[in-house]
Amino acid sequence: MSDGRQVGIVLVSHSGPVAEAVVELARGLAAGGSTAPVAAAGGTSAGGLGTSAELIAEAARTVDRGAGVALLVDLGSAVLTVKSMLAEGDELPEGSRLVDAPFVEGAVAALVTASAGGDLDTVEAAATDAYGYRKT
Amino acid sequence: MLDTDFFRRWMAATTAAVDREADRLTDLDAAIGDADHGSNMRRGFTAVSDVLDKEAPATPGAVLTLAGRHLISTVGGASGPLYGTLLRRTGKALGDAPEVTPDQLAEALGAGVAAVAQLGGAQAGDKTMLDALLPAVEVLASSFEEARDAALAGALATVPLRARKGRASYMGERSIGHQDPGAASAALLVGALAEAAEPSGGGDA
Repeated sequence: MSDGRQVGIVLVSHSGPVAEAVVELARGLAAGGSTAPVAAAGGTSAGGLGTSAELIAEAARTVDRGAGVALLVDLGSAVLTVKSMLAEGDELPEGSRLVDAPFVEGAVAALVTASAGGDLDTVEAAATDAYGYRKT
Repeated sequence: MLDTDFFRRWMAATTAAVDREADRLTDLDAAIGDADHGSNMRRGFTAVSDVLDKEAPATPGAVLTLAGRHLISTVGGASGPLYGTLLRRTGKALGDAPEVTPDQLAEALGAGVAAVAQLGGAQAGDKTMLDALLPAVEVLASSFEEARDAALAGALATVPLRARKGRASYMGERSIGHQDPGAASAALLVGALAEAAEPSGGGDA
């Protein structure tokens, strides 16, 4: 716990609908009631496929409660854009972190953990652990 | 010495080159990627030229830092953070100096290229923009023309390579036989240095 403040989650996909749908899925699977703050940053500002640094920065600001922000990404430019924003240092809230996790499974694990009051390290560990869940 | 105006001319000449070659870059990307490299780069460098006109940064380092930041926010594909990091790190390495020597630029661009390699996790021979940038940085202190030729040769040398990074790597063997679009655009950026150094300037983007 970090004095009742929850970790925020940002889901960055090349596609706006994918990011929105995974937010909805994670909220739905994170049991009833209220969840930790979570926001989608999908596609470009113009609504196309791609990555928008502006949408990512805006989503991170929206979910930031002072306990850190976990960013989960799909691939390619989503990964590189978040990495380069973190390297810059002032575009994302303090305590923002790129979390290495499978996008859908990691989003669910991260949101459940953040909603239960886990701190940023715990949220990151839960999301990354989702890689270990084998399907065959 | 290279002053702030030189760096503005460099960005203007790059914008003009990217605009002129956008269709070729997109065609190269259509073969092994997702056919948006030309339009993405054109959008990014058009935004760079616009903001440089508006804000008139005062030092060489500030020109490149501002340009890099705008590439990251406007390109929309992987080339945004890659080229953005390249210019921003190069700009930061130049510091606040009002003028820099070609040696200092070569060293700073070397730092920028290293940052790109770290961001993308790529090496020489992976069929990426690094294959044009690395040989160019090595000879940049000698002359911009040599750097331009080295970058072009490096870009052409990506044709027989197999892609190991990015979307093109999913194609495996089928990526062989095509020039890497990122290496092709990197050669335009390096070539624009020579244009910016010409007396007439390359500034009419």
